[in-house]
Amino acid sequence: MRFLRGVWLWVLIACGGVLLVLATGALLLYLATDTERRPILSALASESAPLLSFGTTILLVVAGMAAHWLFRRYPHAARQLAEQSRSVLAAEHGFRVAAADAPELADVASAINQLADAYHRVEQDLDQRSADARARVEEERDRFAALMSELSQGVLVCNADGRILLYNSRAAALLAPFVGSAPRGDYKPLGLGRSVLALLDRNQVAHALDLIQQQLDHVDRPHARFVVSVANGALLRVQVAPFLGAEGLVAGMVFTFDDVSGMVGREAQRLRLLQSLATGTRAPAANLRAAAENLAGYPDMPADQRKQFVEIAVAESRILTDRLNTALREYADALKGSLTLDDMRAVDLLAVVQRRISDVLQLPTSIEEADSELWLRVDSYAIVQAMTFLAARLAGDYPIHGFQLRASSGGGFAEVDLIWTGAIVSSEALSLWEGEPMRIGAEETPLSLRDVLERHGAEAWLQVDKIRQISRFRFLLPRGEAAAALAYKTSTAESRPEFYDFDLFDRIDTAGALAERKLSELSYTIFDTETTGLEPSAGDEIISMGAVRIVNGRLLKQEVFEQLVNPRRSISRESVAVHGIEARQLLNEPPIEQVLPRFHRFCEDTVLVAHNAAFDMRFLELKEAAADVHFGQPVLDTLLLSAVVHPSLDNHDLDTIAERVGVRVIGRHTALGDALVTAEVFLRLLPLLAERGIVTLAQALEASRASYLARLQY
Amino acid sequence: MSETTRKVLIVDDEPNIVTALEFLLKRSGYDVRLAANGAEALEQVETYRPDVVLMDVMMPIKSGFEVCQRMRERPDLAQIKIVMLSAKGSEAEVSKGLSLGADLYITKPFSTQELVSTINRLFEPGGTPSQ
Repeated sequence: MRFLRGVWLWVLIACGGVLLVLATGALLLYLATDTERRPILSALASESAPLLSFGTTILLVVAGMAAHWLFRRYPHAARQLAEQSRSVLAAEHGFRVAAADAPELADVASAINQLADAYHRVEQDLDQRSADARARVEEERDRFAALMSELSQGVLVCNADGRILLYNSRAAALLAPFVGSAPRGDYKPLGLGRSVLALLDRNQVAHALDLIQQQLDHVDRPHARFVVSVANGALLRVQVAPFLGAEGLVAGMVFTFDDVSGMVGREAQRLRLLQSLATGTRAPAANLRAAAENLAGYPDMPADQRKQFVEIAVAESRILTDRLNTALREYADALKGSLTLDDMRAVDLLAVVQRRISDVLQLPTSIEEADSELWLRVDSYAIVQAMTFLAARLAGDYPIHGFQLRASSGGGFAEVDLIWTGAIVSSEALSLWEGEPMRIGAEETPLSLRDVLERHGAEAWLQVDKIRQISRFRFLLPRGEAAAALAYKTSTAESRPEFYDFDLFDRIDTAGALAERKLSELSYTIFDTETTGLEPSAGDEIISMGAVRIVNGRLLKQEVFEQLVNPRRSISRESVAVHGIEARQLLNEPPIEQVLPRFHRFCEDTVLVAHNAAFDMRFLELKEAAADVHFGQPVLDTLLLSAVVHPSLDNHDLDTIAERVGVRVIGRHTALGDALVTAEVFLRLLPLLAERGIVTLAQALEASRASYLARLQY
Repeated sequence: MSETTRKVLIVDDEPNIVTALEFLLKRSGYDVRLAANGAEALEQVETYRPDVVLMDVMMPIKSGFEVCQRMRERPDLAQIKIVMLSAKGSEAEVSKGLSLGADLYITKPFSTQELVSTINRLFEPGGTPSQ
């Protein structure tokens, strides 16, 4: 159409031009002729009129064709070139403008194609660079995540609002709401995007933040420390340090956690030992003293009286001795431990000592024997210093050419030996060194070997095998426990934990205005229940609940809720056929009144999502009063959302939708398994909803409602 | 009493316990000598050649551990029984004492009567009694 309109205009103008030239020529000829000759001209004109008309028509046709040809060659070709150039920008690589007929435009076309080539090269280069950068960031993230998960300390990072951005597996273990399956105390789940204040004592955290705020201006590394008890009964030592954002304002906090339950336990034991000694020995000491002073003060007392006092003195001194021995035996552990002692593997300690002696003294040092299951409870720094100091002292005064190290268990202790051959060292030299401040090269500590030994409740001595010329300096160190250090290792899943989400940094907490927020930004709890039957109002009960969360568009598979429930009634055969759970398996599980408050905490501040949510919500609502909770948050139903996305399809059961949107189904028919499948389906539905213009929660709820009504009508 | 009188060397820097032990062991038929510190003890061992050394761990000049170690380095003194007495008595310390060659390790406070009967048992055939 555009071509036709354009070309007709050109043909009209050309023909008009030809007619105008001919008319002007005729008029000029007419004016230039004498008046008396004009009749002859007229007669000539009318005589040759057919010839003139034919000539004019030929001229008009030629002019029209020339106009058509010119239009096609230039303006139309230029317009096509412009459109093709735009396509080059928009289209995928490889599309180029076609060469034009006119040589001038052909030049332009080839120039445009050259530009396009250059443009795509730049684009490819940029793509490559950004892919490289992304890969680097991903790699760094992985490395960082791996590093975090290896730390022996619990680490948790939150933003300025106290929302959790990151935590490592040790923190998850330390802050776990309960140990094993038995909930203890208040249930406080740990999770990305949740508030740190729900996990730790609010007042303690607020106080720590106050302290930090005060330090901000004048302290180099502001931080605060406190000890707090957490839901699982452990006692944690917490250190809080702020990190600053771009404008020098506090952007968030880093929390580090140490479990000090055991250490505090030892301190308490020490206190009890002192109390026990004070109260237990006071009375017999008083009785003994009274009897002894009577005996001393009255040498002339009658013999039977004297005998009586002697018997008292003997009896009381026995009591005193017994009490002392009992107290010391009972609290023997209290005398060993100290706040700075950590459990570590003997092999690891020896490896450090080996490296240190080799580095400092340049002497070959080897590990002769080390039991890999042997754990020590030591201040590793002090012990490494002590062993290196001894080695340095020995090598300084005697011709020693190398050391061997050995560790093995010796009864209740660990025997750690520094061994050398040749030089026989006198025990006097050793007892001298024991009292010296330890100096290794330029490094000096005020502590002596004796101090280190005393702090560990340890002993050390020299053993010499004169025949084989082998000497060993033996340390008898307290043994540690593998359990404390290993416990958190087992909780680390094989896959990389999804324990961090830095996008949460930019999140603004607007819980009040959920309806207008984007679906992609909201936090969800996707849950499922298994029940005794299908009729909640007829007394059917929940027997299992499973839930998982989606935060910032990511399914957090590590943060799950899974709990069996004692229904206190029988389970219908049909239901057992579905989930395979029998009533007798649930006898020791908590009742729904205890489980629901915990679930309520788990799904706090999130939108609830379930497949056929009305069914599950009905069960929850019927138990709200008994459990003293209320589920007031919005609820989305994957069944209805699927109907919104595929209105023409009839089947919207979970397996069918899962297959339709490409979710692999595993572990169905356990509450948690179903919740996980529902969550993945929900994530796949979100972009399909967005295609239909459904992007906010309010829109999703409205569309669900409409779809529900539509389904009812069918 | 046995035909040859057993000889005991008591080494301790606390005179009260020394007095009590000396009295008791003499009454039990032992021949008793005293030393107030580790260095004296080593001299006495050379000259007196006791059957038993009853020795405190914590002493000035030379500790009980050192005396014990020195004695055990000498094969000619191997027959002498060593009984360590200690007020500290941590498990590690007991372990150290026994490793250095003590026959018995006794933690203060103890019953003096029991100590004497324990020493008596040291000389029974095959007997290194547990404490």
